[in-house]
Amino acid sequence: MTQARDTVLGRIRDALALAPTPAAVVPRDYRTGRTLPDAERLALFTDRLLDYRARVHPCTADRTAEGVGDLLREYGVRRIGVPAGLDARWLARYDGEVRQDDAAVPPSRLDELDAVVTASAAACAETGTIFLDGSPGQGRRALSLVPDLHLCVVDLSTVEVGVPEAVARLVPERPTTLISGPSATSDIELERVEGVHGPRTLVVVIRTDA
Amino acid sequence: MSTFLGMPAPPPRSPYGTGNLRGDRAFPRAAHDGLGNGQLRRNLGRATGTIRAKRLDVTGELPDWEALREAGSAIKTDAMNRLPELLEQLEREVTERGGTVHWARDADEANEIVARLVRATGSDEVIKVKSMATQETGLNEHLESVGITPYETDLAELIVQLAHDRPSHILVPAIHRNRDEIRQIFLDRIPGVDPGLDNVPAHLAAAARRYLREKFLTAKVAVSGANFGVAETGTLAVVESEGNGRMCLTLPETLITVMGIEKVIPRYQDLEVFLQLLPRSSTGERMNPYTSLWTGVTPGDGPRDFHLVLLDNGRTAALADAIGRAALNCIRCSACLNVCPVYERTGGHAYGSTYPGPIGAVLTPQLAGMHAAKDDPNNSLPYASSLCGACFDACPVKIDIPSLLVELRHQHTERTGVTPERLAMRAAAAVMRRPALYTAAQKASGLGRVIAGRDGTISRLPPPLSGWSDSRDTAAPPRETFRSWFASEEGTAALRAAAAEHDAATRGGHGTTAPGGDHDEEDAT
Repeated sequence: MTQARDTVLGRIRDALALAPTPAAVVPRDYRTGRTLPDAERLALFTDRLLDYRARVHPCTADRTAEGVGDLLREYGVRRIGVPAGLDARWLARYDGEVRQDDAAVPPSRLDELDAVVTASAAACAETGTIFLDGSPGQGRRALSLVPDLHLCVVDLSTVEVGVPEAVARLVPERPTTLISGPSATSDIELERVEGVHGPRTLVVVIRTDA
Repeated sequence: MSTFLGMPAPPPRSPYGTGNLRGDRAFPRAAHDGLGNGQLRRNLGRATGTIRAKRLDVTGELPDWEALREAGSAIKTDAMNRLPELLEQLEREVTERGGTVHWARDADEANEIVARLVRATGSDEVIKVKSMATQETGLNEHLESVGITPYETDLAELIVQLAHDRPSHILVPAIHRNRDEIRQIFLDRIPGVDPGLDNVPAHLAAAARRYLREKFLTAKVAVSGANFGVAETGTLAVVESEGNGRMCLTLPETLITVMGIEKVIPRYQDLEVFLQLLPRSSTGERMNPYTSLWTGVTPGDGPRDFHLVLLDNGRTAALADAIGRAALNCIRCSACLNVCPVYERTGGHAYGSTYPGPIGAVLTPQLAGMHAAKDDPNNSLPYASSLCGACFDACPVKIDIPSLLVELRHQHTERTGVTPERLAMRAAAAVMRRPALYTAAQKASGLGRVIAGRDGTISRLPPPLSGWSDSRDTAAPPRETFRSWFASEEGTAALRAAAAEHDAATRGGHGTTAPGGDHDEEDAT
């Protein structure tokens, strides 16, 4: 194994010696550090989420429970999974079964859930992307993946304008998932189909004052 | 203190006869299949047309698109320049966070490492995320040969695998199949599929979902590729749409990722560039539905065991070529395939390699060489292009593919010295130098009308001209050569008439030509 390592590294050094090229300077003239007023970020983020055929529900923080409860009822959800650390008050108006996830639950049990409710770490308005990083309220990656409906609560204060601004919020050591709309494929004649292996429905509750 | 290490040796190409970097026929011959398949050409024309339009929409809405391309190109060039230190840093970071790093000199070594790791888990099956690297090494075939069953989980890869077919596009490997064919493949090959399954894409996708779900939930080992490996943090990135990637990367106990050494990028921040360039260039979306970023092993979340296999397989040989190494900057977005008039007509199989289209035509000979055997099919790849330049314009990391193709053509002619074109030109020059021979040759070429079909083209010339006609159709010669027409009664009469007309025009023409008109030459005399 070390032999292969030394061989490959030796080959790279030989290659660079045989074909030396000048050091590259990376120009970063693309847009970074952008900001937009709340209303414009909300409008942009909403537009992009709808373009992905996600469901969007803006509300104030004190109406989170109503929003979550009404939406889950509307989709006929009877059993949800929630990660450790999720704000219990968000589920005050939901009357179905709630299963708290933990690492010992085998993935096959996650398939018994109708939906999952999580918080989020950050988002990017310009691309309609939500970032989950496994911190409290977001859970392990499998939890937001196996159930067919993902209801995700996003605070508008964590929604950045573009990709550079949102990536800057990430913590590299945390396992991170970027979600842009529900699962989709274009593999059959390039016709977009929502829902192959991941959640087929994505519902985003945006808390406009949080 | 420094040690003299001797002259650097040119690194080897991917070994001949292994993996999927070489077809069994030269491009022109293989292209005949695609050209003759109307269904394929209709599928491809529609698909690439759609995706081209989408890509232009979403790249056009970014005012800083060119700045992003500049940054992307420079980041990759910087990474290639500092490859040894970046790979060592990546290895250190992955190891510190609980992963294990392996190095593979070539495809066979990578395949053996993966098979050994799978066996060590006690499992005899793996689920797979779509990966160009393992397609390149022929991992599936190797695993099957040692009794391990690989399950492709990307919808298109699943279609290709069930049909015992080969992928024909980097991004949408089953683009050559239409919904009716896919329906039939599912009916024939998926155990227990609903016999009433129709050809609606949503229903076909649902059938794949049902088929694979149990595999996802029970598999112990997964194999993936990687779109990026961040040296600074040891973070790996997989970009996808369906969620099958997320399933494979998080549900099994063991994850094995095979990554070409050129996929390393220096900084975590660099993701901000590629996460804008890649989805917009490949599927024409602002962002792909799912991107997974993971760093080593995280207790309580995802696999307990993570292995990273770093693959050379000819990449160092490409790196040793000052011009060709630009091909290593490729981020596999497939934008160049979708704009290429040659790819659109021939399809991906004609290229014979895991990497089809314009980038495949430069990357494949770089990785695997094009003179490994007499009549190496790879030496036809640099000619599989009209050099129209559309691929260069579309490339998000600004790889100058047309120039690379020309350089490879140059290398090929330098190496072989003799090509059918050069032979033909040499013969033509010899004939043109001697008028009598030229007249005779022109008379003989009249025979061409006999071998041309009704459409007036010759698709097959006799040897030694067959080398020319192998890669192009030739128009049938005219009924009569100019020289023979010139010498005939008709020719002499036409010439006399033209001379008389000219005389009349010059005599009567002076008065009617406006001063400063286009008859300057006559005024001067």
